[in-house]
Amino acid sequence: MRFNIYVKNRVAVVGAGLTLFRRRLLETPQEMVWIASKKALEQANMDFRDIDCVISGSAPDTFDGVHMKGEYYSEGAGSYGKLHFRVFVGGGTGVFVPVAGWWMVASGLCKKALIVAEEKMSSAADPHPQAVFRHIWDPLIEKPLNPNLIWIFALEMHRYMHKCGVSKEDIALVAVKNKANALDNPIAQAAAKITVEDVLKSEPLVYPVNRLDISPVSDGAGALVMVSEDVARRYTDTPIWVEGVGFALDTTSWTNRELAFPVYVKTAAEMAYRMAGIENPMKQIDVAEPYDPFDYKELHHMEGLGLAPRCKAAELTKGGVTQRDGDLPINPSGGLLGVGNPIAAAGLMKVAEIFWQLRGEAGKRQVRKPVYTGLAQAWGDLMQIGTVIILRR
Amino acid sequence: MNRVAIIGMGYSGFYAPSPDLSFREMIFKAAQKAYEDAGNINPRRDVDAFISCQEDFWEGIAIANEFMPEQLGGVLKPGFTVSGDSLQCFLNAYAMIRTGQFSVIVIESHGKPSEINTLDSIVMFSYDPLYIRPIDPKNIYFLNAIEARAFMEKEGISREVLGHYVINSLKRGLKNPRASYSRTKSLKSYLDEEFVVEPLSESDIAPLTDAAVVAVVASEEIAKKLTDTPIWIDSIWTTSGTSTVAYEDLSFDYAAREAGNKVFEASNIRNPRREIDALEIDERFSYIPLMVLKALNISSNIKEDIHSNIFEVDGEILLNPFGGALSEGNPLEAHGIARVLIAYEQLKGLKRIKGSKDPERILIHSRRWPFPRTTTIALLSR
Repeated sequence: MRFNIYVKNRVAVVGAGLTLFRRRLLETPQEMVWIASKKALEQANMDFRDIDCVISGSAPDTFDGVHMKGEYYSEGAGSYGKLHFRVFVGGGTGVFVPVAGWWMVASGLCKKALIVAEEKMSSAADPHPQAVFRHIWDPLIEKPLNPNLIWIFALEMHRYMHKCGVSKEDIALVAVKNKANALDNPIAQAAAKITVEDVLKSEPLVYPVNRLDISPVSDGAGALVMVSEDVARRYTDTPIWVEGVGFALDTTSWTNRELAFPVYVKTAAEMAYRMAGIENPMKQIDVAEPYDPFDYKELHHMEGLGLAPRCKAAELTKGGVTQRDGDLPINPSGGLLGVGNPIAAAGLMKVAEIFWQLRGEAGKRQVRKPVYTGLAQAWGDLMQIGTVIILRR
Repeated sequence: MNRVAIIGMGYSGFYAPSPDLSFREMIFKAAQKAYEDAGNINPRRDVDAFISCQEDFWEGIAIANEFMPEQLGGVLKPGFTVSGDSLQCFLNAYAMIRTGQFSVIVIESHGKPSEINTLDSIVMFSYDPLYIRPIDPKNIYFLNAIEARAFMEKEGISREVLGHYVINSLKRGLKNPRASYSRTKSLKSYLDEEFVVEPLSESDIAPLTDAAVVAVVASEEIAKKLTDTPIWIDSIWTTSGTSTVAYEDLSFDYAAREAGNKVFEASNIRNPRREIDALEIDERFSYIPLMVLKALNISSNIKEDIHSNIFEVDGEILLNPFGGALSEGNPLEAHGIARVLIAYEQLKGLKRIKGSKDPERILIHSRRWPFPRTTTIALLSR
């Protein structure tokens, strides 16, 4: 791949909106998308009529219980009669939707694009939405074993702890930090003031994973407005520019991989860093929202993103570096652990948070240091894909 | 802006059932042929990104994107799924290359409906859960039947006209080795068929087929290095239909009109009937091509044009000259790329019609199956 620094149309984010993240929202998928879209458009000083393209993303159709669900929920974004398609890379979808939005605008095909992500998990499957994940495995080799998603993350967490010499206590600090950060987030579902002790004493699920190590099941939607440079200048004085995008999909055979390090996140980040001209992410990224559906994943992803040396993310967390007032604030939104995890919408929430942080509009969540460059990242499929976006003001 | 070309294509299947190959093996075979056709490219070295067009429920896998990289040679490279018809993969590849950031992109789409045990339930799951599913329609094609009837009544199209189109299209498919369902059929035998759902009988609905198709798409710079016969994507657009069908005038295909207008505008086409040589139109239901001809302003009097054989070899503009989906079958989301494949072969001179000059510009159309009408249209040229 060549890295074209002369992309003709620079792409800006000019608005963001989110619904509440909750376990059983009464709104339909279409209504959730409408609420998020309306908020994003209001921030951008636009209306649905101004939009020429809708790019959407959502994780498995099985959650919403609608086949071809992009065709269904996108109506809430006013997609009828406009360009619309849905992208899908499992849990990585939320950050990937604005990546696809970037090339639709950068190519010149779209001028004003509404980027939406939606997930309605709570009404799926019985007895628990986790049951949807029974059907993500290789039908011949893995499905007969009837694995559960938490089992394989438990394997990965265990491997990471073993390889890096990280303790359960070190990892629990991430849950403590993120749930506390979420106390300042008005859409949050799982904000709480908890201690390391609370995490360790919460219900064990699959060793070493306890209940408070995991983000909750959620419903929610998010939206961004992405526009070309000439349009951005007409609507705002503070556009936030998309400076780098990256994504990489690793092998389906997760059992053949070294689970202690997410090489696919590293590959995706390198693509985005090259595009954004970032050579030293630890110094050049001011604030980041790495994907944290489990507390150990924040550490794992920080290392994959090069925001911490390998096996050292826990030390940075213990030293307070990743706090909102630290040198490298990580997940100031409260992350998935605190805000909730409506899969695709959760990823987009991270991009929205970086957008607000860079605009200085994050309110009580605003990090203390001045921020110019931010990163959001998500992860998904069979522990297999990394998606990264870098924004700059 | 960079021009974008298709430089290689390959396929496997177009028959059903296909118990000898898994869907991944089918994709692997198609990819091998496409890479060879594109000048023996090495996907590990030469390809910047991989796109798959598929839907989870068709696959029976909750996150089908997981199973995409190996068989394409795309492990640890940029790869993603578009949950839609495979022409939408081309739309994304086109946009990606035009940014200048990507040079070579591989597109994959497949369908293996022979392994779906619960097709009716899956189709029902595509309908609005609040407004349509509670009706509990007993036939999965009921919306298409309502649409067909609305269109036929508005345009004064009888079963005889539809039959005339069907028997000609099935006959044209006899020239296409992938068209397993092509056959000669009399108008009488068509009219004698029982309705599946009025006004559609068995021959009006494309049978399902298993297939995988892979395409290699490249920037102009790379295309010219790798082939002497690039097939250019001149323009492409997709327009969304609505899942709340009560909103729509079902007698007119608004999504096709909008998508068509966008590509005609981008390619500076004022009179599509004169300026386009051939059409590859979605024919998963027999009435759809007729609706699309109307929506694209290619025919103002469908009945008369069908009876005057305007769309046959000696006519003004070729329509599905090697048979459409009625002959080839319906490979689900791979339908759009199947239409691209046959257009690619025509533009490269690999498929020729005796007595007709090779087309220079072909319009491709595909919409979601069975509903809503979300439509993608592309213009290809050589």
